[in-house]
Amino acid sequence: MMGLLWFWLVAVMIVGYVVLDGFDLGVGVLHLFLARTEAERKTTLASIGPVWDGNEVWLLAGGGTLYFAFPLLYASAFSGFYLPLMIVLWLLILRGVSVELRNHIDVGVWRSLLDGVFGLASTLLTIFYGAALANVLRGVPLNADGYFFLPLWTDWQPGAMPGILDWYTVIGGLVALVALTLHGALWLALKTSGRLEQRARSVVSPLLLALAAMTVVSLIATIAVRPASLENYFRYPVTFIVPAGVVASLAAVWLWNRKGQALKAFLASCVYLFFMLAGACWGVYPVLLPATTGADNDITLDRALSGPHTIAVGLAWWIFGMALAIGYIVFVYSRFKGKVNVAADGH
Amino acid sequence: MTPEIIHRLHFAFTVTFHYLFPQLTMGLALLIVALKTVALRTGSPDWDRAAQFWGRIFGINFVMGVVTGIPMEFQFGTNWARFSRMSGGVIGQPLAMEGVFSFFLESAFLGLLLYGGKSLSRRLHWFSAVMVWLGSWISGFFIIVTDAWMQHPVAYTRMPDGHFEVLSFWQLLLNPWAILQYLHNMTGAVVTGAFVMSAVGAFYLLEGRRQEYGRIFLKVGVIAGLVSSIAVIFPTGDMAGKYVARNQPASIAAMEGLFKTQIGAPIVLMGQPDESTGQIDNPIAVNDVLSFLIYGTTRAEVKGLDQFPRDQWPDALPLLYYAYHIMAGLGTWFALLMIVAAYLLWRGRLERSPWVLWALLLSFPLPYIANTAGWMTAELGRQPWLIYGLMRTSEGYSDMVSAGNGLFTLLGFMGLYTLLGLLFTVLVYREIAHGPEPAADTEVVE
Repeated sequence: MMGLLWFWLVAVMIVGYVVLDGFDLGVGVLHLFLARTEAERKTTLASIGPVWDGNEVWLLAGGGTLYFAFPLLYASAFSGFYLPLMIVLWLLILRGVSVELRNHIDVGVWRSLLDGVFGLASTLLTIFYGAALANVLRGVPLNADGYFFLPLWTDWQPGAMPGILDWYTVIGGLVALVALTLHGALWLALKTSGRLEQRARSVVSPLLLALAAMTVVSLIATIAVRPASLENYFRYPVTFIVPAGVVASLAAVWLWNRKGQALKAFLASCVYLFFMLAGACWGVYPVLLPATTGADNDITLDRALSGPHTIAVGLAWWIFGMALAIGYIVFVYSRFKGKVNVAADGH
Repeated sequence: MTPEIIHRLHFAFTVTFHYLFPQLTMGLALLIVALKTVALRTGSPDWDRAAQFWGRIFGINFVMGVVTGIPMEFQFGTNWARFSRMSGGVIGQPLAMEGVFSFFLESAFLGLLLYGGKSLSRRLHWFSAVMVWLGSWISGFFIIVTDAWMQHPVAYTRMPDGHFEVLSFWQLLLNPWAILQYLHNMTGAVVTGAFVMSAVGAFYLLEGRRQEYGRIFLKVGVIAGLVSSIAVIFPTGDMAGKYVARNQPASIAAMEGLFKTQIGAPIVLMGQPDESTGQIDNPIAVNDVLSFLIYGTTRAEVKGLDQFPRDQWPDALPLLYYAYHIMAGLGTWFALLMIVAAYLLWRGRLERSPWVLWALLLSFPLPYIANTAGWMTAELGRQPWLIYGLMRTSEGYSDMVSAGNGLFTLLGFMGLYTLLGLLFTVLVYREIAHGPEPAADTEVVE
């Protein structure tokens, strides 16, 4: 019971991270293309300035939660995905430094460099995150002791001895790139005005179309790579509500964007991300990390869960701490309501 | 190079670089609160602008601290998987708590402080500064709790499969080792903040520009420097040292270079340890002092390294010995310099004492060295244990990650951090050269 609870709490942290940091990653992907003047660039970055760092905290808090609730999974996955994780760290460093320090530099050339770094790092991060999720869905060559090590690529086939990147995980990366770029475009449409808002809205439709196509492709690919993903759904048919939610949320993004209801369209995109991740979690549950080396080596919920006292104590402070954190977050976002206006704020 | 060495260097390098930034932000956060409080109470715009100026420097340091801090949490899993798997139930807790209780708080209020601009009331501005300070100090506490459990494991039990399970949440958080190290460490962070602020103040006065700000920085920096430089030795350093001596006797013997067990053990001020002969070469030593410092009496017996089997000696013994001596030597210099500077400040003569101003200016890198050496003392002293007495370092690293893969990412971090260090130096120097003058604000609306 506690295992199930912690499974969903960690899932909530991951969803929180993807939904929140997702839009500032998407803004990072788009800003080189949508912002053409220095003023537009500043407006674009100001639309994520006060919140991106807090959004990234979800990753840290989620990582820490995973660490104490499921130490086996944390140890196995982090060491097994060693190389891609290190690259993710480097990208997070470059991204944080470039977005935050550009305002301390007044030489145009260096600002352009940092803007380029920010765009590139954001783009690669979305792809890596998508590929990471696809790696978990596909499974990894776990040994009996619960460890594995994956090279970045082998023969690009998702077989028994795959690499981090194969055709399937690349599809996962592209889905994430498109989904988060769309998420960022919807955020920009919500937070900016004038030409910037128009441009952001103009990319929504093509992105949405691409995302709908990619979603279908990724679904078929997942079933092909791991047919067992469907087992939970057929066992509890009511859970087909999850894929239905994916479709409905995409339709809602399209509808509300057309009507110019930016907030609703953005929230629909949040719901889409939630259903996609929930659908993936449910597809593997109660396995946390499937093995390509036979089901005996799967890292399951029961096997990975920390001791009873650890998770009981953890629950007490976790609920208290996250309630506080959500308080700050609501406070920050409520102060940051409405369109960004660089001229009026003076930054 | 063995995988174990690579993984140790990987963590040591990234954490050493990382801690250059939080030690300043934790110390500076307190001093910014002091500046803001004076500004709020007196309504003085100079103190407000002084706080703003340090806020910008804080901002640059904070970003560096955040981006170099994320790899630290990840490396427990990536490079130390076997350790994490066994101990996650215990030390995963304080690490997760740091994220939940500190980082959300810090990021929310720092955004407000840096981006809030003129829309924020003076009181809310002050409140944000206090919350940022609180967040950074809470963060430090959870990290020290994590480290303290590795140094001095408490409140745990070992499950049949070898996992550590926490028994008492409060005993874990209130580990005496954690409390003592926290006090010592945070005082050390204030020393860094105070020396950096004093150095910028001395720079402005020696330069003859922005002297009104130079005076403010010197006043706050020297007062904070005096208090923290003394407190870092006594009582916090003294208490932490005595606790180490009781609980890690092999560490204290190695730190002090005490090879032979003695009554009336000497303190070695200088000299080079030779592990093969078990002697200190060219020693400058004072008899009886070590016994007195640890036990309060000159006749007490202090255990030397000869009491411990060779495989329990800290493996990097000379480095540990030097790290400790560098920390202690510099700490003495900080207290002496700040006592002189504070006396001159009190008599109103500090501004006209160029020698002391020069000493303050040139001393700003030293607290960074001392804080780093202090951490090296603690962590090298813990060796050869990863969890003291329970798990050896050789049992904890990720054996699935080969030396070649580890070296690849270590070199990657070295290259990236060199770039970050250059960027950081340029940006901070630019802010200092720029100064807190309001008319020179670069963030002009275009």
